[in-house]
Amino acid sequence: MTPRMTCVTQLASPATKQMYTRILTSALFAGAAAGLIAALLQLVFVQPVLLHAELYESGELVHFGGTPVSAHPELPGFDLMRDSLSIVFTMLTYTGYTLVMVALMSMAEGRGAAINARTGLIWGIAGFIAFHLAPGFTLAPEVPGVAAADVGDRQVWWTATVATAGAAMWLIAYGGNKISYLIAVALLMAPHLIGAPEPDSFSGPVPTEIGALFAARAFGVGLAAWALVGTFAGYFWQTEGERAEASA
Amino acid sequence: MTTKTLNASAAGLGFLPAVFAIVLGLGVVTLTGHVQAAALHDAAHDVRHATGFPCH
Repeated sequence: MTPRMTCVTQLASPATKQMYTRILTSALFAGAAAGLIAALLQLVFVQPVLLHAELYESGELVHFGGTPVSAHPELPGFDLMRDSLSIVFTMLTYTGYTLVMVALMSMAEGRGAAINARTGLIWGIAGFIAFHLAPGFTLAPEVPGVAAADVGDRQVWWTATVATAGAAMWLIAYGGNKISYLIAVALLMAPHLIGAPEPDSFSGPVPTEIGALFAARAFGVGLAAWALVGTFAGYFWQTEGERAEASA
Repeated sequence: MTTKTLNASAAGLGFLPAVFAIVLGLGVVTLTGHVQAAALHDAAHDVRHATGFPCH
């Protein structure tokens, strides 16, 4: 009679439980670490550009008026509430990313791929392409104040572009034949050939210099952060696996 | 009987933890990046801009 009882409780076998623990633990460690560093990089390199743009968004500064405007106005400094929230939300966002990445890493390892900090770096760059570069290629990182189409429409396009670019990254890495490369190229190009929702007219009050610097900084910090996401995810996935084996 | 169930578990349910993590991760990213509720939007505002999400 006892075996029948065992049958019912096998739904969450020890191996499955161990897999949950390994995925969640590695993702939390990697996401918190990469997210914290990403948040600090953003505060140092992106936030001043954003605050500068907000002076134009609010109308406090106006360019192309009668007199030239200084390119170096006094910016608000560190805002405890605002910047702490930014740190928390950056860590949360990157933990979301690492949960997805570590889960995919576990699947790839099941197919025979080597997952560690070194290979994780490539995963991180692929993640950057899927989640940041691909949508930003047409919907450029927006400085506050720019004219843009309806946010809901842009979110649909953003999500679809991330999904197609992510699928393309997987096909390039694990497709293994010419057809899959061709499908990947089509998936990467399609959202941009179709085009993203665009505003009806341009009404942005922010100087182009600030907008361009903001996009460049957002991409640069994004790449650094994603490189860390992949490296940490690979590292913790490997070490958590070794720890589980040692204690088994 | 037990062995059979274990095999089914390994083959059929082995991907469940990964699927769970992907759904959880995408849920977190949707919450921090996309949900337009005012409180969430204001708190995540700078992050959404810096991370390339459509913000407002």
